[in-house]
Amino acid sequence: MSVDQTEKVVYPYIPNSAPKIQQEMMDAVGITDLWELYEEVPDELKYKEDLDIPPAILDEFSMKRHIEKILAQNVTCTDYINFLGAGCANHYVPAVVDEITTRGEFLTCYGAESWADHGKYQTFVEYNSMLAELLNTDVMSVPQYDGGQALATAICMANRINGKQRVLLPRSMNVQNKRIVENYIDSVQADLAIEPVYVNYLPDKGTLDLADLKSKLDDSISAVVVESVSYLGTIEPSVKEIGELAKSVGAEYIVYTDPISLGILEAPTNYGATIVCGDLHSLGLHLSCGNGQAGFISTSEDAKYLNEYKDFIYGFCEPEVPGEYVFGNLLIDRTHYSQRAKGKEYTGTGTNLWMISAAVYMALMGPKGFQEIGQTILGHGRYAAKKLSTVPGVQLQFNTPFFKEVVINFTDTNLTVEKINELLLAKGIFGGLDLSHDFPELGQSALYCFTEVTGKEEIDKLVVALKDIMKRG
Amino acid sequence: MGRDPNTLLRNFHQARWDEPIIFEMSTPGERGVIPPPLSKEIQKEIQDDGLDIPESLKRKCPPNLPEVGQMRVNRHYMRLSQEVLGNDVSIDIGQGTCTMKYSPKIQEHTANSHPKIVNVHPLQDVSTMQGILFIYHEVERYLKSISGMDHFTFQPGGGAHAVYANASIVRQYFRDKGEDRDEIITTIFSHPCDAGCPATAGYKVIDLMQDPELGYPTLEAFKAALSPKTAAIFFTNPEDTGIFNPRIKEYVDAAHSVGALAVYDQANVNGIMGITRAKEAGFDLIHYNLHKTFSSPHGGMGPGCGALGAADFLADYLPVPRVVFDGTSYSLDWHGEKSIGQVRSFFGNAAVVLRAYMWIRALGSDGIREAAMCAVLNNQYMIKEVEKIPGVTMYYAKGKRRIEQCRYSWEKLKEDTGLGTDEVLRRMVDYSLEHYWQSHHPHIVPEPFTLEPTESYSKEDIDEFVAVLRQISKECYETPEIVRTAPHNAPCHGIKNYYELDPEKVICTWRQYIKRKENK
Repeated sequence: MSVDQTEKVVYPYIPNSAPKIQQEMMDAVGITDLWELYEEVPDELKYKEDLDIPPAILDEFSMKRHIEKILAQNVTCTDYINFLGAGCANHYVPAVVDEITTRGEFLTCYGAESWADHGKYQTFVEYNSMLAELLNTDVMSVPQYDGGQALATAICMANRINGKQRVLLPRSMNVQNKRIVENYIDSVQADLAIEPVYVNYLPDKGTLDLADLKSKLDDSISAVVVESVSYLGTIEPSVKEIGELAKSVGAEYIVYTDPISLGILEAPTNYGATIVCGDLHSLGLHLSCGNGQAGFISTSEDAKYLNEYKDFIYGFCEPEVPGEYVFGNLLIDRTHYSQRAKGKEYTGTGTNLWMISAAVYMALMGPKGFQEIGQTILGHGRYAAKKLSTVPGVQLQFNTPFFKEVVINFTDTNLTVEKINELLLAKGIFGGLDLSHDFPELGQSALYCFTEVTGKEEIDKLVVALKDIMKRG
Repeated sequence: MGRDPNTLLRNFHQARWDEPIIFEMSTPGERGVIPPPLSKEIQKEIQDDGLDIPESLKRKCPPNLPEVGQMRVNRHYMRLSQEVLGNDVSIDIGQGTCTMKYSPKIQEHTANSHPKIVNVHPLQDVSTMQGILFIYHEVERYLKSISGMDHFTFQPGGGAHAVYANASIVRQYFRDKGEDRDEIITTIFSHPCDAGCPATAGYKVIDLMQDPELGYPTLEAFKAALSPKTAAIFFTNPEDTGIFNPRIKEYVDAAHSVGALAVYDQANVNGIMGITRAKEAGFDLIHYNLHKTFSSPHGGMGPGCGALGAADFLADYLPVPRVVFDGTSYSLDWHGEKSIGQVRSFFGNAAVVLRAYMWIRALGSDGIREAAMCAVLNNQYMIKEVEKIPGVTMYYAKGKRRIEQCRYSWEKLKEDTGLGTDEVLRRMVDYSLEHYWQSHHPHIVPEPFTLEPTESYSKEDIDEFVAVLRQISKECYETPEIVRTAPHNAPCHGIKNYYELDPEKVICTWRQYIKRKENK
């Protein structure tokens, strides 16, 4: 397995490590030692020590065995029953999605123009087109790193549109998104920073406190942000009214949404959202330790929005041969690739591969699939809520319609969520996310996630496990 | 019939399927997949729970998505994948600055389908994620050794994302110190994100122009730009031209002497891994692209990972969570009073870090150095061949050895034939090559193209690539019409407005396309 020092190693990934060809090429460039390639690097900057890397694992079988041994130390959400979500919910990924996403052509392409990569651009534009149907919007750019970045950029877009520098955000928002946004809307130059202003939620309902919102809303507000579905799972009932309030002060209305809910929940633009954003994770992406996140931002085609996207926009172009579909890279003058420091924010390698997964997912699901999966997710959550309420000391935190995520309160069990989760873990269950640090006002509460894959069997097991834990105290 | 052994040219035609847009394939009633249904039993259980969605919030009009059976969906996207020349099927030496290397299949099979990574939730109890956390900790150790930096985070999802995170760290650091510095200095041949990212963080950016002979700004010009307002320098080295600035340490020292930080954009590190390190050059913050140098595939632009390295005194500012090891087990530390917070949810693109682990382990210390040296050897060999092609010239650093890539110019070709880099580019696909990268903006080198033959390519691959360029150059001089009307053998032909600049003409969805067609 380890490197045999007596013979020069030929690495399978480095064809010109083969001695004969290497010598031929060295002759061609006029060197006798490979270090001579680096004449421009001064000697005092050269580093000739061994690197702190274990000996090479040269044969592929040993590599496979090695990595599988390491990964065996992970426990998976199929080994255990998982109720963690918080922006990364356990959804089923249809086989065709994986089949297409892992095609070498898609995996290993990059930034070619659309002649040679025609199929990539068509898939991207089909992604645009299907997501726009789900959201009832017209345009979008390629996706951002995750939902948090999408929200941060949506806020910056609003700021560029109306020049105002305060944004209203729900105090109950996704805590990771909150950290991302707060860093992103900050600025070295105070007069460029956007100030976040947080709107309280109603302690009994988990929905936005409209009185508080109204008291903080004035014409200095650039955008009003609502999550629907909210981080805490609640379906915001006043989305229409909030939109009207935002409009009344000339603010943009940004709605952060979960696309998989949109077969049954109204599309945000239909209740007044002017900028819709969120994370693509629910559309055919794996958990993968958080690798399957991607943000989206979408709006109407009005140039006032279109000109403020920061990332590449792909779309249909005019063909030289009539009748062909051809695609292009549009309005590139917005980007830092074209304008360096003067671009709209910055862009770069993001999460384009996940457009392919999401496109295939949406194409497979169709309108009926989204309707059905929405019903199943909704139903599983409600069933869980009902059954969990039968566990002594356990109750729903909010008596409000919810989707996929729900806050379960354990305060009356006299056990901490941390302790309960530890005991659940011992029974092969990943309990919901402990909220007691980020939301101390909710006492000992946890955010539980129920999807189409956590059905009756899993929920019943959870209930039995919790009853057992409570019995033993 | 195989490739012509004398000319190395292929008689190639890419797949052309004339695929309709998925909406045109819709047949009402067809299903692609059926999700798990809600059982009758559960429906009965929940009917009176009062938690139904209020009517006003229910979707009134179902989304107008296509209805297509599974086989047709699969076939459609299979065909579209065939209309893509990824690195797996094409010799992608052309994409200079992007380090297109082979992504070993053993890594792909593990990262994309092994349940022990694919089915792990990032918020699981750390005791159930010891495998992936070990991998994070190990890759951090290897990169520390390759760079000499003291700490790494893998939270950023791409190279520019890491540069942005670095700009955020610079901001937080000086805010903490109470120093009011609002300027960043970079060089015009540093990647545009070295200007764009600090600007996004609120910095005023100074782009230093290159010296006409050196190819990078002189030390004197650089010193003249430094001031007490300078917060940091953001330098790429080697720059996009493939030129290594040998006096880099003097630049860094000068920046430090005015109290500024030095940030190294090491997206172009492939040729200098194990050769020269950021630490010895004096840098405080750096980043590597795990999706370039460390072998993760580019995925049509992501997901990637910008591995961000920091010197010890900046550790507290790194984003959370950080992977920590207490001698027995690994955990995630979410605390960080001085931290910039987060730039990405959870702990970044774990599958990318996993691939980097496997790649580094497959090579070891000697192999990493061999990879760098072969990448540079390939480049210097290629330069000798490309230089001979009629119509090609090179700018700057005459007689100096370039590192891992080179920016060339078709200026002479354009003068001679009227055909330049755009036209040559469009013809490449007719010979099976995906494309080449011209240059970031502004195009200071006229009619530019940038080639980077990473260590993945054999001499024969390079020879074939050069043969195609030589052939196209010949065509420009002798049969220009065939170049002018290219591509001929691609999935589609010419595009009138590839870079459309008028928002009124933007059509990025099928519903817009239909609407515009109806309006016509």
